[in-house]
Amino acid sequence: MRVPPFERFYETHRDEIWAFLVRKLGREHAEDAFQETFLRALRAYPGLEHGRHLRAWAYTIAGRIAIDEARRQRPAPSASNTLLLAAEDGRPAYAQIEHLAAELPPTERAAVVLRYGYDLDYEDIGDALGSSAEAARQAASSGVRRLRRKELA
Amino acid sequence: MSLPTEIDARFRAAASGAGLLDVAYDVAESPLGPLFLAATERGLCRIAYDAEPEAEEERLARGFGARVLRVPRALDEARRELDDYFEGRRQAFDLQVDLAPVGEFHRDVLARLARVPYGSVTTYGALAAQAGRPRAARAVGTAMNRNPVPIVLPCHRVVGANGSLVGYGGGIERKVTLLRLEGVEL
Repeated sequence: MRVPPFERFYETHRDEIWAFLVRKLGREHAEDAFQETFLRALRAYPGLEHGRHLRAWAYTIAGRIAIDEARRQRPAPSASNTLLLAAEDGRPAYAQIEHLAAELPPTERAAVVLRYGYDLDYEDIGDALGSSAEAARQAASSGVRRLRRKELA
Repeated sequence: MSLPTEIDARFRAAASGAGLLDVAYDVAESPLGPLFLAATERGLCRIAYDAEPEAEEERLARGFGARVLRVPRALDEARRELDDYFEGRRQAFDLQVDLAPVGEFHRDVLARLARVPYGSVTTYGALAAQAGRPRAARAVGTAMNRNPVPIVLPCHRVVGANGSLVGYGGGIERKVTLLRLEGVEL
């Protein structure tokens, strides 16, 4: 599947990414985050090897920017924000989890990274993967089981 | 929730301003109907009549790269020169053109076509002779038919040896309109 012209990718996902960022950051902070999300996507676009999983890819970029933006807004870690506490060695959670999950099948990898790296709920992950919340939950949990087996092996 | 128009416009302008696009495009109104216009950093690369935007986007992505985005302001200069031309205020275009995906022979023919003056006509055979292939009138016809930037590269000024209009990518009526606009006696 070839990478579509950027206009197609942008037009298809702009509304849902906007809604996602407004939900995560509020209207005011969503504006810059939206622009940054698609500028970052544009910079990375020539390096894409195929046009699969573009939706999950867009959510991954937006999720990462939302985390950075949330961190700027609330510099002190709060107990409710597990994301900020997860990085014991100083690396953010998403960086650790992306590394760990690199060998999982694509859907499981996206579900695991979005759930445990970006702290998205299963509704959002389902949106990103184009599936139900329940299917997203199953993909994440089977990904985690697979990672555990790998760790034991 | 739909994206507010002003935020959409802001992103499009930022993408173009940051030099991150392979091609920017827009659709402009004209006396010949809507014109699909596209440009790279190097120049105008497409004018199409009756365009299907999605098909044009695919074609541009194949020729120039996948970062194709609609950015109206990136086509402001082209739109202005075309408006001037249609209103009779302009006889020659200052726009640069980008013919990167065009093959060598066609590009050579298009370069010669660009020198055919406003208000005059030439023939397929004459262009073929200038390109050093006097028997290639038919190949010149193909080059005209595939001209990526009609109007600016004036393939409407090319007619048959007997003066017949022969054909035009946008339809013969548009060829007639353009030649009349330029004051050519038909």
